[in-house]
Amino acid sequence: MKADLVIALAGNANVGKSSIFNQLTGLGQIIGNWPGKTVEKAEGMLLHHGKHINIIDLPGIYSLSTYSQEEIISREYIARGNPDVVVNVVDATSLERNLFFTLQLLEMGTPLVIALNLVDAAKKKGITINEKRLQKLLNTPVVPTIATKGIGVHEIVDNAIIQATRHQPTDKNTIRYGPEIETRIEKLERVLTGVELGYPLRWTAIKLLEGDSEIVNKVNEKDPTVVVAANILAGEISEIHKEPCSTVITSERYAVAARIVKEVQTFKESEKPSMSERLDSLSMHSVGGYILMFTIMLSILIFMSLFGGWFSETIQNLFESFNPHLTGVWPDLFWNGGVVGLYATLSVALGFILPFYLILGFLEDSGYLPKIAYLMDRPCHTIGLHGKACIPLMLAFGCNVPACVGCRIMETKRDRFIAIFLSTLVPCSARTVVILGLVGAYVGVQWALLLYIFDFALIFLIGRILNRFLPGVSIGIIMEMPSYRLPSGKVILKQAWNRFKPFLITALPLIILGSIIIETMRITDVLSLVSNALSPVTVVWLGLPAFTGFLFIFGILRKEASLILLMTAAGTGDIRSAMSPAQMIVFALVIMIYVPCVATIAALVREIGWKKAGLITLTEIGLAMFIGGLAYRLLILFI
Amino acid sequence: MPQEHIEEYLEAIFDIAGKDGTAKTSEIAEHLKNAPASVTEVFQRMKKKGLVRYESHKGVSLTTKGYKAAVKLKRKHRLLEVFLDKMLHLPQENIHEQACKMEHTLSDETEIALCKTLKGPTQCPHGSPIPPCNLEVKNCQECLSEQNLSLEKREKDIVAITSLKHGEKAKIVFVRGGGGVMQRLCDLGLTNGTIVSINRTAPMNGPLEICVRGCKLVIGKGIAEKIFVQKT
Repeated sequence: MKADLVIALAGNANVGKSSIFNQLTGLGQIIGNWPGKTVEKAEGMLLHHGKHINIIDLPGIYSLSTYSQEEIISREYIARGNPDVVVNVVDATSLERNLFFTLQLLEMGTPLVIALNLVDAAKKKGITINEKRLQKLLNTPVVPTIATKGIGVHEIVDNAIIQATRHQPTDKNTIRYGPEIETRIEKLERVLTGVELGYPLRWTAIKLLEGDSEIVNKVNEKDPTVVVAANILAGEISEIHKEPCSTVITSERYAVAARIVKEVQTFKESEKPSMSERLDSLSMHSVGGYILMFTIMLSILIFMSLFGGWFSETIQNLFESFNPHLTGVWPDLFWNGGVVGLYATLSVALGFILPFYLILGFLEDSGYLPKIAYLMDRPCHTIGLHGKACIPLMLAFGCNVPACVGCRIMETKRDRFIAIFLSTLVPCSARTVVILGLVGAYVGVQWALLLYIFDFALIFLIGRILNRFLPGVSIGIIMEMPSYRLPSGKVILKQAWNRFKPFLITALPLIILGSIIIETMRITDVLSLVSNALSPVTVVWLGLPAFTGFLFIFGILRKEASLILLMTAAGTGDIRSAMSPAQMIVFALVIMIYVPCVATIAALVREIGWKKAGLITLTEIGLAMFIGGLAYRLLILFI
Repeated sequence: MPQEHIEEYLEAIFDIAGKDGTAKTSEIAEHLKNAPASVTEVFQRMKKKGLVRYESHKGVSLTTKGYKAAVKLKRKHRLLEVFLDKMLHLPQENIHEQACKMEHTLSDETEIALCKTLKGPTQCPHGSPIPPCNLEVKNCQECLSEQNLSLEKREKDIVAITSLKHGEKAKIVFVRGGGGVMQRLCDLGLTNGTIVSINRTAPMNGPLEICVRGCKLVIGKGIAEKIFVQKT
């Protein structure tokens, strides 16, 4: 369906673009309280007074002089003139920095509506903004909003429709620089006439003076003499100001932003520190911060282990109490294949995966993740990264796929590759199921904990090796620190559900089908054929029962499936009869490392290409086999 | 006592002193491999020259005069290291010792010439920051582009943002370093003349949380060392 109107949501990171998007479209774009969670543009439809409106959610962007990959996506989308209207979402609590970007949008001449978001949070901080005055100064409609509550979001669309239909002269609203800069912009505009790039002329000229590498390259392809002219003019400006030309222009923009803020904003500083600040001084404390962080992590792990174990046992007992204990091929197929598969999946899904997504959602929404980035920045340097990498690494505990995509917040290719590689080694919720559901439940929580510690040590070691052999150094962290906020229960539930839904839709049928296949193969003896073919690795080297060979293959599809199918394959649902404790540990260890699942491999290919994806996959297979075999030989000495 | 000897002490105190600015006599003695008794004697002489504050039970700390002298020495030392490494290609392991000997005889004039020839380096080969000069220029670019530089001294102290105390306010004078990082800092509001303050610092050379234009930003130590400010 062709949309009547295309509206793009743009603005600094973590100002509530995705919240407005969700309110308007009813979709479930993941939101959270940290800068950089939206790294891809999302699209949704809205029917507004009979009009089909296409809403685009863009990644956060601080400046049109882009820095990291997700910002380029935003700039390209805005600059190429795709949207009919840009809705600039502005954080009322830090107006000055947000206006800096607004001024750049005005410079581009796109029809604009400003959504002044988080007015409630600003009020709490003692900030009041005269939006009428702001509207007049910018000559652009300003709508105060509280996105999380849906206040003001439909007024945005009303204004956007008006803006789109009104014919606007393009550079009426743009800011004027000092005369020494303006004359040079004009000169460059004249030279540029005829070089068609698809961007507004004045904007292209300014970007050339700023030395924006993307624009310079594009102009250079068409007409290199323009670039030479721009360099001379920029040189003249920096000669006058004794500063690089780009800095001069940036400073002027900020001066304008500061002037506007002075006129429209009143600020009454509260006397006692806010709740968020008091939480900061605890959670970012040089000693207390680390203690708190480890305590949180450890309690999550222990809680998950205990709750998941208890829950799956309850479910298992409940279902087994209905077991008719019939014998024969068809009842076997039905019960061991279908029913055991179903309840094993249910126990895993509701006992481990859903609670974990709820906890992760809470951490994301409260704004705790950036604190981890702050605390862990220094340790991250030893593995060639900076603190921001902790955010995708934390997300990887939920699922490796969004983590790999989320690594786009890393600024250089090198940092991104290291962060992606390490993300695939983080035990995701599926692997947590195997570690806690098998080792935690049947061998002991301390062994599960040991597996985690081992995995972290492995991540650290591989990080060190990558850091040693990949040329270059990490440039260091530059990140905005959001304030804490109380997460909304509704949002967390919705978010957990959105993450959980794919599991129910794709994994559940796959696992039940897998259980039936295994049962069929067991009855028809095909299982032993497959298992025997793999037995040199599984039995001889890893010391595991032969039937695990099939589980490893199936585990490539979904790692949690390997545990569920293990229950089916063991026949009765009680794994202890089929495996010794040492075997369980080795099994979980291999599952933890051996290969990223299919979905992750696909994400890897998309993010970093076939070659590097293949390298990561093969390295992890090799590592898992090597470590697994070694662990078996060690473990039989102890248990 | 030779000047060189005192300068070695200045540097040692500068290196060893902790957050509160004081160093223990025993630490200095160990660092310079001198007997504590003779170290104490040198401290007394430095105190007379107004270079240090010294009380036997509290340890030793640099006065403003001593601090300036130490920073100047560090600057000369690290510039020399860059010179020996980049221009003369001396083996890495020798340059520190060489620079240690040369720094004491390097004139201010030579120091400025060296900085210009090396195009205003920001770090020594070992990665430590080179303190800024005290010339009346806005930034390195101006110095490099101007042929006849008037060698006037700056009125006020310019320090890296990392040496501010928590809560202390300062004005950004210039940001050193190139391209992307500098532009990003500018884009986030750290333009020249902006007032900034430090909220907190993570331990073990971790990042800083700074407050700028009403927002909180986390900046890695390595980047922060290139942001130079003037205390207000």
